Amino acid sequence: MPTSTQITESGPTGPGSAPEAGPQPPASNPGGTRPKAVVRPGDRIFSAATLIAGILILLILAGVALFLLAQSKDTIAAQLSDPTQITGGRGFFSYVWPLVIGTLISAAIALVVATPFALGIALFTTHMAPRRLAPMLGYVIDLLAAIPSVVYGLWGIALAGNLTGFYLWLSKWFGWIPIFAPAADGSVSQTGRTLLTASLVLSIMILPIITSLTREIFLQTPRLQEEAALALGATRWEMIRMAVLPFGRSGIVSATMLGLGRALGETMAVAMILSPGVLTASLVVSGNQTIASEIAQNFPEAAGLRLSELITVGLVLFVITLLVNMGARAIVARTSVKGS
Amino acid sequence: MSKQIDIKDLDIFYGDFRAVDGVQMQIKPRSVTAFIGPSGCGKSTVLRTLNRMHEVIPGASVSGQVLMDGNDIYGPGVDPVNVRREVGMVFQRANPFPTMSIKENVLAGVRLNNKRLSKAQADELTESALRGANLWNEVKDRLNLPGSGLSGGQQQRLCIARAIAVEPEVLLMDEPCSALDPISTLAIEDLINDLKEKYTVVIVTHNMQQAARVSDRTAFFNIAGTGKPGRLIEFNETSAIFSNPDREETENYISGRFG
Repeated sequence: MPTSTQITESGPTGPGSAPEAGPQPPASNPGGTRPKAVVRPGDRIFSAATLIAGILILLILAGVALFLLAQSKDTIAAQLSDPTQITGGRGFFSYVWPLVIGTLISAAIALVVATPFALGIALFTTHMAPRRLAPMLGYVIDLLAAIPSVVYGLWGIALAGNLTGFYLWLSKWFGWIPIFAPAADGSVSQTGRTLLTASLVLSIMILPIITSLTREIFLQTPRLQEEAALALGATRWEMIRMAVLPFGRSGIVSATMLGLGRALGETMAVAMILSPGVLTASLVVSGNQTIASEIAQNFPEAAGLRLSELITVGLVLFVITLLVNMGARAIVARTSVKGS
Repeated sequence: MSKQIDIKDLDIFYGDFRAVDGVQMQIKPRSVTAFIGPSGCGKSTVLRTLNRMHEVIPGASVSGQVLMDGNDIYGPGVDPVNVRREVGMVFQRANPFPTMSIKENVLAGVRLNNKRLSKAQADELTESALRGANLWNEVKDRLNLPGSGLSGGQQQRLCIARAIAVEPEVLLMDEPCSALDPISTLAIEDLINDLKEKYTVVIVTHNMQQAARVSDRTAFFNIAGTGKPGRLIEFNETSAIFSNPDREETENYISGRFG
């Protein structure tokens, strides 16, 4: 056995056979004989295990997509032959787009509310808090993630009742902004169970995931970068701005996108809190609906075409989530920084 | 510019652990002072107390005085941020800010001081700082590219440019060449020679030849054993330290008999 092995690239599917004699440069001659590196059994088992795990993920994802597609065929057929059969009577797209808008708006509000808080908490626990307090605070935040969404739903219903006064105040002073506009008779939702309430509860639900991830990223800021900033005479906040945030930028984006994914798909809490209705611009009156909540609320009584409709709506959510994640990947790839 | 530093009865602690004991020295302005000694003897720790950077480590504290032209930087009401704006520092490994361009890196410290710079002023300052760090000719055509694209030695000189752009009184260097090849090291050593015309330079080095080449005065630190505090053993003209040291410990160290 040669003791000095030149490391040559070998794909996970191409485990090396016996090494060829003599060190050869990794030649770029596709089709020709390529020198194979020595692969130990442990490496081979490990690489096979990871390969299986990777393929399994793809298979499951493809399975879900196929299921959604297959179950959607009735809806697609109905849409093509007679769109009036579909709920609402004006075809699938006019049925689904208010749901899409409602989903996107609630997720966006949740994100806008949660991200600054999450970054603040993460920065506080990593760079500001006294050393004894910091781990405790991180633990408490992680605990938020362990609360079942049905509990959030119950809490959100309780919260909704207390928000009506606030919504009335909003509509009185900020009613000129369409999203806070009161109903035609000047009233707002009596129960407070509006899309804004649901979004606020969603923001608390996605807070832990964003906080945990950004905290881990901020902890990894190279000490050298932090010291470089401090040695230039930066205050703590300036150091965070010069060293911590630029280093964590791509991580912040991916953490936020994971939060967004959760907000888009969250079902139980929204279904419990929101009293659904038609799409309205105002967030303080009753109305609006999200995809996940629409499915959950209608699924138990659905059959036949209605069932297929709901599954097609699920397919739409699947596609939206996929697009959001691809967008996030693109942003991460563009903003990632070579840390030193 | 360029201040004299008087260190008086300086003890440095990490929590209850006494890391450095009773340092007493006077660092002259417009000169290069080298700190040498075996690993763990506290020379970097002493260097870091000169701009209060050791306070970054939790539990670190000092007793004694560090006077910059007579003003105690550990006096009541002294803001470490202001101390660090007067005392620049260059680290063991080059640490330019990876998201900033070469120019932004140079100007980073100046922008912290909330000075509003016109574009012409910014250009001028960038050029003078980079010229001061002997880097101008190599980077003048790519000032807007990221600093992380430079070689290790260039990055280190960029860090020196960043430190001198704020026109500090004192420049501290913590083993600035330990990660560099000999040619880059030579470039930095030449630069240190130029810098002492304007600044008080204090350099920590593991390389005794380097101390002999660049410094006017040398301080030798040593440690009696693990867990014992580091002490300043001898502080003298560099020529005296390397040719005719007063203490046997110093002679043993520089002749390579230990450490």
